Order: sequence, then structure tokens, then C-alpha cells
Amino acid sequence: MAPTVEVVQKQCGHPEWEEPFVVNMGPQHPSTHGVLRLYLELDGENVVKCDPRIGYLHRGVEKLSENMTYTQAMILTDRLDYISSAANNVGYCLAVEKLLGLEVPRRARLLRTIVCEMARISSHLLWLATHALDIGAMTVFLYCFRDREWLLDIYEKICGARLTVSYPRVGGVRLDFTSEIIDELYKFTEEFPSRILDYETLIDVNRIWLKRTKGIAVISAEKAVNLGLTGPSLRGSGVPYDVRKFKPYDAYDEVEFEVPVGKIGDTYDRYRVRMEELRQANRIIRQCLDKLSETEGEPVVAEEAPDLLMPEKKKTPQAVPHPKKGFLVKGAEVPVVPEGEVYVSIEAPKGELGYYIVSDGSGKPWRVRVRAPSFVHISSIPELIKGHMVADLIAVIGTLDVVLGECDR
Amino acid sequence: MEAVLKMATPWLILILEALVLLVVALLHVAYTTYAERKIIGHMQQRLGPNRVGPRGLLQPIADVVKLVAKEDIVPSGADKSLFYLAPFISLVAGATSLAVIPVWEKFALANVNVGLLVILAMSSLSSYGIILSGWASNSRYAFLGGLRASAQVISYEVAMALSLVGVMLMAGSMNLSEIVKAQVASPFKIYAIPQIIGFFVFMVSAIAETNRTPFDLPEAESELVAGYFVEYSGIRFGLFYLAEYFGMVVMSALAVTCFLGGWAGPFEIPGIPFFWFLVKLYALIFFYIWVRATLPRYRYDQLMGLGWKILIPLALLNIVITGLIKVLV
Repeated sequence: MAPTVEVVQKQCGHPEWEEPFVVNMGPQHPSTHGVLRLYLELDGENVVKCDPRIGYLHRGVEKLSENMTYTQAMILTDRLDYISSAANNVGYCLAVEKLLGLEVPRRARLLRTIVCEMARISSHLLWLATHALDIGAMTVFLYCFRDREWLLDIYEKICGARLTVSYPRVGGVRLDFTSEIIDELYKFTEEFPSRILDYETLIDVNRIWLKRTKGIAVISAEKAVNLGLTGPSLRGSGVPYDVRKFKPYDAYDEVEFEVPVGKIGDTYDRYRVRMEELRQANRIIRQCLDKLSETEGEPVVAEEAPDLLMPEKKKTPQAVPHPKKGFLVKGAEVPVVPEGEVYVSIEAPKGELGYYIVSDGSGKPWRVRVRAPSFVHISSIPELIKGHMVADLIAVIGTLDVVLGECDR
Repeated sequence: MEAVLKMATPWLILILEALVLLVVALLHVAYTTYAERKIIGHMQQRLGPNRVGPRGLLQPIADVVKLVAKEDIVPSGADKSLFYLAPFISLVAGATSLAVIPVWEKFALANVNVGLLVILAMSSLSSYGIILSGWASNSRYAFLGGLRASAQVISYEVAMALSLVGVMLMAGSMNLSEIVKAQVASPFKIYAIPQIIGFFVFMVSAIAETNRTPFDLPEAESELVAGYFVEYSGIRFGLFYLAEYFGMVVMSALAVTCFLGGWAGPFEIPGIPFFWFLVKLYALIFFYIWVRATLPRYRYDQLMGLGWKILIPLALLNIVITGLIKVLV
């Protein structure tokens, strides 16, 4: 534990009042992972007060969605957590599918699971890279980027995009994998575990790394739950909550994987949890690849899936047979998407990512609300930084793995 | 006329020697930056600079040209005179230390009897540049960086000076040339073996003294953006950069002189009397670079703890042991 300091808060105007040393860390700062701004009051090197101020990357994604059709709005979700865009897409698609009552073909579910776990690996690699760089280990950063590059190349082969993939779609995925992609992924899963060992040899037993991460920003399981932490940040404290296990979506009920948990909930535990998750993600991809051969040639989009060009408002149906509702009467208006509201959450790399969608029956969502893990995690920074130093603040931001695109939306 | 010339000749020679040393040292510093980028690049699976000139060899020159051409920005509210002065203090202090380093037996620009003290004094002086720049910049990050630097330099200065006491005891002199000669005459030829504790303490505190990873807290880029020189731009930034590398070269040269036997080597290289000095110097600089590529950064209190709780007691123990052996043997 770092030594805690007792600070006497004196009121302004009091004879002993001293003006606090205020540092505005960010929004332009190399290690606030985007445009996070932290209002800090310092006493020497110790942080007396930390107040996160967000909103510098607000693009109004939720409001924009209301003026787009469901399929158009999906590309906005790419821009939430831009490091793991595939996971965001999957979450959104699952929500809309639940609204539509769509059944996704098995092959599509497997493919989605693969891209989701690829997103997890690339997100965790970026986290490890930046976390290590923040603490000062520069080499890990470049090692991680080397391997992340490989994954992004695979993404490029899958769908043409590297970062904002938009690969899943409502009712399935856009394209099937070619055999070349499957071979490449097999090669990756074969190679990747040894790469994880590479990173671990660089920092796992490094005394300075241990000193900087052990006992830093400890958070008990109870407090973590109360603060609303999810994902690896919560599991680091020993709570084995994982949406993939508790409410399996896509193909997660078919694959075997473990949910790694930490013990005391310090920065080191969260680091270990994420490293273990890298291995598990690799394992899941491998299993899904094996299962892909069972579904060779099956469709990857549900038959009833709405067109990518959805009608904007209510559809005035022609006298044509409809797969679900029988023969439609000319002139009556049928909702494109049934009225109702859904909430679907998935285990995104950063934590539990939830989509709450309200439909009024038109082709556009009436309201989209995103439960972003980064937003919740940033709100826990003041709690975690209590009694620590400026240098630990960087470790805390790193260990929570926040992305401002998701937080500010 | 002749009398004037006669009087001026030694001075002219001295100035010429100083110029030669400065140019050679500057070239070394410039190409240390290149070597650092290249070596770290290869350690990190990338290529390093390779665009300017063959294999990027002209990169340092391109850097200097770029830095000189850049606008020299002074932040509003800065203490202008100190702001201008600070980089020069750093650089001059770093460069002056070189004068007392005996590159080979017959070449030490200033063969003073308190060479070690001069170097210690100069390295303390260079921290003034850091503190003043932090103070004058009128920036919170720079101020924090300056504060850290002052604390760090003071504590590691002590450890470094103490680690050198063992060498002084063994050599019986503070003249660097004498130290090398005493080393060559000693049974192990280098002091790094009998003074292994001192050598260790010296190397660690030398890294801290020059503000390099893992002790680069004053300029911790992830916390303080760039630390004390965050507000500097153009050639003034370049001067700080130079000063850091000068510090690295000086500290390595000092380690070579005090612990690794200076210019002496296993056999004579005809024509290049300073061959072994350079080999050892490059090896140590490589070590510095290697450390930078490998280690994360210490936290402020951990750094202080390491300095005061481990290095200084070790250095003191080293003095006691050296003294005892000196008395008994």
C-alpha cells in the first residue's frame, strides 16, 4: 500500500488556507487515453482531489441514431469503443434482433463470436500496450502493436475495414469467411499464446512493474459492485461476473472457457485477469473455428432479416405474401420493427456494454441508450485514487481501460 | 610581438584542444541519439531512423537543422531571463565536466587535482538548469518536473559521491589520471572488481543523475507530458536534449575512468591510444540504452526510497569495508 496522507481541508478565507496546486490533466495529455480531463488538486506529489470532467468527445451518437434507420444506426456503434468495434456492433445487432424476434443462423453466431473475441484480443493488446507505456515500459508497447497489426489485417481480409468494421448486421453477418481467413486465424491462434508469454517475460517478473502495480488502487469486491464496475475491472476484485457466462449470447454457450478472477483487486490483479482473458479469447476463437467446419455452406444471414436499405417510416405494404404475417392487405400500415423496448447487454472487452432501444414501430429507433462501461469506470477514478500519487493516477486510468469515445458517446 | 606570441601560444593550444574536444564530444552526443534510436528500434522490432542519408546516418544533423529552424516560443507569464538561461546552464555544466576526463594518458584538457569534485560539482550544477526551467516556464507540469528533479538530484548526488569515495580511498587521489594509473597498478587492473558495490551504486545513481529510464521522473512523459522542458521549443529544447546526452556521455566516461581502467586495455592498439577508452565508453552507453528499452519507470516515493534506503547505506558500507581493508592490508 502506498502511504496515505492526511490532508486538512481549510476553507477559503481561513488564515491558514492555502491555495491548492491545481493541475488540469488533459484533455490533451499523452496518457489520459483520449480526451479525458482530470481536475487535480495536488499536495506535492499526492492527489488530494480528483475530479474527472468528460464530454470532449461527445458526438451525440444516441441522438443521431434517432434519425437513422436501424441498419444505418449500427455504423454509429463502431465509433463508440473504436478499439473493439465488432463487439459494439454485435451488442447493437442483438438488441435489434430481440426487438424483431429474429433467429440468427448458427454459422453467423459462430462468426460473430470469433470477431467479438478478436475485438477482445485487439482491445486488450492496446490496453496492455498503453498501460505499460504509461508506467514507462516502452518495448511492450511496440510488441503489442505488432500483434494487434496482425489482427487488424485479418479484419481487413474479413470485411475490408480495419478499425470500424461494421461486420455484423441485423440478422447475421455481412459476409462469410473465406478459407484464407480461416487459415490465417488458425495460424494466429497457434502463434498467439507464445506472444502472450513474450509480454509476460517483459513485465510480469519485473520488480519495478510489480512495485508500480501491486497494492495500487485496491478496490474490494463489494465496493467494485457498488461503483458499478464491470468486466475485467470487476473480476480483478474476485467477482466472477461475466455476461458471456451468465446470459450467453451468440455462440458462447457452445464454447468452453474460464472466467479468470483476481484476489485482492489491485492493479496487478486486473493486469493478470486481462492477460488470462487473452488466453481464453484465443481458446474461444480456436473452438469456434473448429465448429465452423460443421456449418460449412450454411447461410450467414437470417432469411427474415430486414434489408440493409430499410424503409424510413411505416411501410405501406403491397398485396404480397409476407413470410410471417401471411398475406398482407393493401393499404394497411404494418410496423417495420414491432413497437416495444429491449435491453441487451454483452461482455465487451471493457466491461458490460448494454443497449436499450425503444421502438415506436417506425423504421427508426425512437430512443437508443448505451450503457457504456467506460462512463461508469471513469466515475470510479476519484474513489480509486484516494491516497495515491500523481504517478498512480496514470496507472489507475490504465488499469480501468477507459475509452472516451464510448464514455462521451 | 614574439613575446606576445610566446605568451599566447599555450592559450591558443588550449583553446584548440578545447575546440577539438568539444567538436568530438558533440559528434558523440549527436550520434548517441542516433544510436539510441537505432538500438531501441531494433530491440522493439522496428527499424529506427532510416530515411535521411544512408541507413539514416544523417538523422542527427537533420534533427539539429529542424530544431534550429523552429520557432522559439516563450510562454506568456514566463520569467524570461531565467527561461532563456536555464538550458545553457544545463548544457554548459554537462559539457564542462568533459574537460577533466582523461581520454588517454597524455590528453586531459584540465588535469586538475580535484577532477572528481569538479565533475560532482558540475553535475549538481546542471540540476539548476532543470529547476530553473521548471520554475521559469510558468507551467504546472514543468514546475512538478522541476521539483522532482531537485529532490532526485540531491538524493542521488549523495549516493554517487559516496560510491566514489571507495575509489578515492583505493587510489589515494582525486586526480582522474592518477586514479587510472593507480588502477592499472592494482592487482585487478580495474576497480570494478574490488569496488563492485561502489560500481553498482555508481551506475544506478548515474542513471538517476542523468534522468534516464527507469528514473526519468522529472520528464515522465506519461505523467508530466514532458516535465521541466514541456514549454520549450526549437533550439532551447534541443539544448536540454543535448545536455541529457552530454550527461550520459560524461557519466559513462567517469565510470570508465574510475571503475573500468580508463584508457588501459588488455593490449596496446598502435596509433589509437584512446581505443580502449572509447570501447568501454560505448559499451556503457549501450548499457544505458538497453536499460531504457527494458524497464518501466519508478514512482517518486519508490525512487526516493531506493536512493536513501538502499543505495546510500550500500555506499556507506562500501566505504567502511574499503577503509578496513586499506588499514589492515
